[in-house]
Amino acid sequence: MAAPLTLLLIVAVTIRAVLFRSSLAELISARVEVVSPLNAWKRVVEGLALLDLGVSPYSGDVFHETPLMIYLFHFTVDYAEIVFIIADGITALALYLSIQTYNKDVFRKQKYALESDRYSADCLELLRSPKEMFYIPLKVAMFYLLNPFTILSCVAKSTCGLNNAIIALFIFCTLKGSALLSGILLALATYQSIYPLTLFAPALLFFLQRLYIPVNLRRSSFWFFTLQYAFMYVGSLVVITGLSFFLLGSWDFIPSVYGFIFSVPDLTPNIGLFWYFFAEMFEHFRLFFSCVFQINVFFYTIPLSIKLKEHPVFLIFMQIAIISIFKSYPTVGDVALYMAFLPAWSHLYRFLRNIFLVSCVLLACSALFPVLWHLWIYAGSANSNFYYAITLLFNFGQILLVADYFYAYLRREHHLTHGLYLKKKDGTEATLVLK
Amino acid sequence: MGLLSDPNRRKALTGLLTRLNTPICIVCYLAGIVWFMGLAFEPFTLRTYMSENAMGSTMVEERFSSGERALSLAKEFDAHKRKAGGMPVEWLVKAMQSRGLEVFTQSFSRKLPFPDENKERYMVRGTNVYGILRAPRAPRTEALVITAPCSPGNTNNQAVALLLALAQYFRNQIYWAKDIIFLVNEHDLIGTQAWLEGYHHTNITGMEYSPLQGRAGSIQAALSLELSSDVITSLDLVLEGLNGQLPNLDLANLFYAFCQKLGVLCTIQGKLQRNDWDTAEGYTHAAQTMMLMVLKQACGRSWGDHGLFLRYHIEAASVRGINSFRHYKTDATTIGRLLEGMVRKLNNLLERLHQSYFFYLLPSLSRFVSIGYYMPAFGLLAVILLLRALDLWVHLGAPALAAVDGVTEAEQPSSPGVLTVLTPVVISHLTGVALYLLPVHLQEMAVEHFPVSETEAVVLTAIAIYTAGLALPHNTQRALYAVVMVLLSPAFTILYCVFIYQELIEAPVSVSEGWMLFLSVISQGILDHALYGSLVYPLLALFIYPCWLMFWNILFWN
Repeated sequence: MAAPLTLLLIVAVTIRAVLFRSSLAELISARVEVVSPLNAWKRVVEGLALLDLGVSPYSGDVFHETPLMIYLFHFTVDYAEIVFIIADGITALALYLSIQTYNKDVFRKQKYALESDRYSADCLELLRSPKEMFYIPLKVAMFYLLNPFTILSCVAKSTCGLNNAIIALFIFCTLKGSALLSGILLALATYQSIYPLTLFAPALLFFLQRLYIPVNLRRSSFWFFTLQYAFMYVGSLVVITGLSFFLLGSWDFIPSVYGFIFSVPDLTPNIGLFWYFFAEMFEHFRLFFSCVFQINVFFYTIPLSIKLKEHPVFLIFMQIAIISIFKSYPTVGDVALYMAFLPAWSHLYRFLRNIFLVSCVLLACSALFPVLWHLWIYAGSANSNFYYAITLLFNFGQILLVADYFYAYLRREHHLTHGLYLKKKDGTEATLVLK
Repeated sequence: MGLLSDPNRRKALTGLLTRLNTPICIVCYLAGIVWFMGLAFEPFTLRTYMSENAMGSTMVEERFSSGERALSLAKEFDAHKRKAGGMPVEWLVKAMQSRGLEVFTQSFSRKLPFPDENKERYMVRGTNVYGILRAPRAPRTEALVITAPCSPGNTNNQAVALLLALAQYFRNQIYWAKDIIFLVNEHDLIGTQAWLEGYHHTNITGMEYSPLQGRAGSIQAALSLELSSDVITSLDLVLEGLNGQLPNLDLANLFYAFCQKLGVLCTIQGKLQRNDWDTAEGYTHAAQTMMLMVLKQACGRSWGDHGLFLRYHIEAASVRGINSFRHYKTDATTIGRLLEGMVRKLNNLLERLHQSYFFYLLPSLSRFVSIGYYMPAFGLLAVILLLRALDLWVHLGAPALAAVDGVTEAEQPSSPGVLTVLTPVVISHLTGVALYLLPVHLQEMAVEHFPVSETEAVVLTAIAIYTAGLALPHNTQRALYAVVMVLLSPAFTILYCVFIYQELIEAPVSVSEGWMLFLSVISQGILDHALYGSLVYPLLALFIYPCWLMFWNILFWN
């Protein structure tokens, strides 16, 4: 599998290099769907200029990246394009190896379940075979590298690519079973943008499952491991934050980065749900609505963890999707990360119900974003309502996609234990409904 | 989300969809066509009204009276134009300076990708002359533009002269709140493009121009005047701009209001309004006017010098004087008064025109159809695509569903691999890219090998690549379908549009003339794209033609 992967990497690097050298690069760097006030390259350059002048880069409310990022670019600003291409490559490789490990894990568990007769007799066609699973890691890498969203994000030099690389490395370390590295990388991801905090729960569930510790709140082994992992995580977070403080010399990165993410002061339009609401509301209610919107991101962790406690990797996918839909400044780079996972669930295809509608909606919205932006800003014939309508529709499509995969996953699990052809008590065919 | 998650309702809906697909599609298609044609029927339209408050209620008396002086100036301009063999720059500069304007010139040059046979130019070099009338008491942040083209020959002399007469009259008034720019552009659209690019510091079309020395603030509105005779019988309003963009409807309403006030006959698409909407002829007249507007917008070129202003969010319209055989003639003074009134009302604007509609169709100057009324017709046509796609999707998924209940079938029909589907898609798109890039790039090679001029080479290369795409798969069994497909192809659609357009403007052409017109349409389309950034040619070559080629491939799929 090394040869196709190498070929894929070469093709991806070529596409990005060609686009970097063409005139489209500046055009793409200015698109609001691709860059946000948090991760725009223009702002990184601004912060670097301020740092060179000896002023704090956070003065003036332009720069909102973390100090470690600015120091990384302080040394590599001349090779910025290579850094972003390498970041994309690292993400793809990490996802490839993670999904490979995950597939081996899945196949092993399926073997044990078959041997212990936990599956019902007529669900043979739902079982997965190594033949079908062989190309999935390559497809995952391909879905990430050749996704137009990823390419746009890389060519725009949005630091979202680096965030994705850290999250992908975190997933890789988690799936390989190294709790320390996973904790450190999760702390780094949380340090970059707070939302990966919700990935603590699936990582914890994965390790508990791997170490055969039952998830029971009354057991001391559960609490012991949780505290260990939490300690590693929080400890790394404290160390990284302290390191930033020492590098920068002051604490003003905390209000500039984390205060900015939580209080959403900048209302530049993007593909998220926050900007229009916050532009319309009165100052009096602003705190209330910020809390409501931010809780929305973190809220789904608990019910999803309870439902998917046996399936932590699927939970990771759901969490990343929820983060990229409901975060305060999403960009298409965030969308690309969870879309890369879709080939791993290709065995769920027969249970997906709305995939056609969802793909049409997402494609149409991606095409309409630049059109309505042009009509609003340049031609003056439309206004922000039109652009927000497309944003809403795009997010609706994403939510429908995630909900569909959730339904398909749970339905397959149900069929595995209860049989494929369900019969009601009087013998007629039954239908499964997700309530 | 009952519809999307309840399996019983889904099954019922998909069953309905697959059973009744063809009837629903036919009904939608007919409904769309009937809806659209019904829009021209007068009771279904709304009367135009002035939306912008600032332009509504000033009752002023227009006092412009130098029509005769303008006409003698026209003769002088003509003489100097003939002497200079182009634009008489010094005379214009002196004339504007003597009227108290700040005068500046801009020179520009552009080499067309291939010679333009309609206007007979290839290497274009020219000068724009413009004078700025500064507002006496207001800060200089906004401006209005009045432009008249300097055309070769006998055309548009009276327009430039009227422009100068207006400038002299305006200079003596004290109520101007915005600066007024009087622009005389050479080589019509190319000159306007150079001036606009210089004014806004952009360079989207690769023109070379000298930078503008004088500027007047952000332009709120522009009027372009085309007048070629001393007396006229009617004034024609031209609204369609580049890429089918239209100015705000308030500008058309303003023009119509002033024509009513001064008793000038006004037309749109060259057609006079009729009062008998309940007869068949009245309805067909309105439908013809509306269809002309649709066709003119669809071809994407700017039908007056105003069209290029629209891209910069400047509301602009062209006013064209027509001299035909009628009793009642309007003299230059009345036209001057009309322009004076319009410019005074535009002077009152506090912000850019935004209150009225930006997307509309005009069956006549006093009736309009807004986008909310004509979009459902288009929506009905688009729904057909969605219904057919859903139908195909359901049928693709049906074999899998059939295997679920009960007896397992013998293996599922093998779905074609991605590669067999990808190849025609990639080839169709590559042919589209070739159709977009090659005609202009290969013209030198074509001229070497074939005895044709460059323009003909470009057009014939385009047609050759288009036809070459057809050659890929073919099969004599489906000859009837093949003929129908070819007759519905984009090139033939353009040919039909050419004939329909000629019918609508009441100048029908024979088949050979129509064919020559079609060839010139192709060359003009490519030129418009290269010179002004019109998007119709890339849209046809890069999107519509590959889609049609893919249908052609599907037709001959074994």
